[in-house]
Amino acid sequence: MKFMSEYRDPELAKQYLVEIKNTVTQKWKIMEVCGGQTHSLVKNGIIDMLPKEVEMIHGPGCPVCVTPLNLIDKAIYLALEKKVILCSFGDMLRVPGSEKSLLEAKAEGADIRILYSPLEAVKIAADNPNKQVVFFAVGFETTAPANALSVIHAHRQNLDNYSILASHVLVPPAIENVMEDPDSHIDGFLAAGHVCTIMGNFEYYPLVEKYKVPIVVTGFEPLDVLQGILMVVRQLEAEKAEVENQYARIVREEGNLDAQKIIYEVFEITDRLWRGMEVIPMSGYKVKEKYAKFDATAKFNVNIEEAEENQDCIAGEIMKGIKKPFECPEFGKKCKPTNPLGAPMVSSEGACAAYFHYSGLVES
Amino acid sequence: MCLAIPGKIKSTELQYDGKVRMAKINFGGITKEASLEMLPDAKIGDYVLVHVGVAISIVNEEEARKTFDYLREIGELGDLVDVDEYIPKKDN
Ligand code: SF4
Repeated sequence: MKFMSEYRDPELAKQYLVEIKNTVTQKWKIMEVCGGQTHSLVKNGIIDMLPKEVEMIHGPGCPVCVTPLNLIDKAIYLALEKKVILCSFGDMLRVPGSEKSLLEAKAEGADIRILYSPLEAVKIAADNPNKQVVFFAVGFETTAPANALSVIHAHRQNLDNYSILASHVLVPPAIENVMEDPDSHIDGFLAAGHVCTIMGNFEYYPLVEKYKVPIVVTGFEPLDVLQGILMVVRQLEAEKAEVENQYARIVREEGNLDAQKIIYEVFEITDRLWRGMEVIPMSGYKVKEKYAKFDATAKFNVNIEEAEENQDCIAGEIMKGIKKPFECPEFGKKCKPTNPLGAPMVSSEGACAAYFHYSGLVES
Repeated sequence: MCLAIPGKIKSTELQYDGKVRMAKINFGGITKEASLEMLPDAKIGDYVLVHVGVAISIVNEEEARKTFDYLREIGELGDLVDVDEYIPKKDN
């Protein structure tokens, strides 16, 4: 158990593992929704320490992975052809578009900047009044308040050279999509703690009602994930299906109401295509009409044809938890973090990258 | 990119003609600016979780320290600096 040094309390981790072993009597499939949790499970060797009855299925919670191919192509077009200053989180840079990645576009001379926060992009816009600045606003609910706030900052300063290319996705409709898929049979979920820090737990009650699955709001550190698994297993063994909160030290029932207010000021709910999956109804945010001037999609009217996904990549099945990364024929062969065929091999939250780096399956 | 990093509020200031409340936040020795728009009650000395430049939740000191140590151990503090050459520092 060499990974145990990274636990806050190795003794407690062992206790959770023993407790899970003692509780479980049959096979269960539990999906962790958040890519940070996937990372924690693989990196800390938890997957191998769990009793064989408990199978962890990795969910679609990697924002970079589910950003549609077409939107990456659009971002590249804006940067190369429209000569905008395109700002993005670093994770997005190496994700393959249909022909190239943002990083390759940068090498061709596009002005692409990696930022820590969308608020920095607003500053760049204020400092460069003669250039258009576009922020590639990807993310789940956790990131939505910051992206919305950037629009509000630009609005307050009356900037007309700032806009966002929004590709926001939402967790509850993704859980619903997984439950409706006849190929995935999930018995319980670990919901993403930081998403619930913003949104609270309310959206999960109708889901446990409808699908009779336990949903435990869980943090991302190894101990959190272990405790979350134990809570799901206890519910399953007792034939319960409830919303529970493992991450109560951070997540409040109602979430952060000030953050929700800002989200709903700028965004409205829309259907959204998830890369490798399909259009999931009411599963994302788009910029409201009121702020259309800050919506890069409305502002630049770029029509880029939908391109074909790389046929060798089975990212869709990975994201839905139907297959594991090592079941992909290209895993570790043609597809590596240095030459990714699909997004899950790029992002720090992607399941393929987690297995590549930490599972011991490939020599990295 | 979904992680939130805990830090301590060192100072607060109003920007853009007093319309925006920002804070200087200390993350284990590195100072970064973040918005307090989502935490109107946060004050100097509070520990907050910061995600992509926005403080989203107040946490207690011990929680902040443990989470910070964990993120440092797994090498996830790279977000704090513009380049990926983050050099771990001891807590101040
Ligand atoms: S290993 Fe590579 S090719 Fe296979 S699913 Fe993952 S990202 Fe796609």
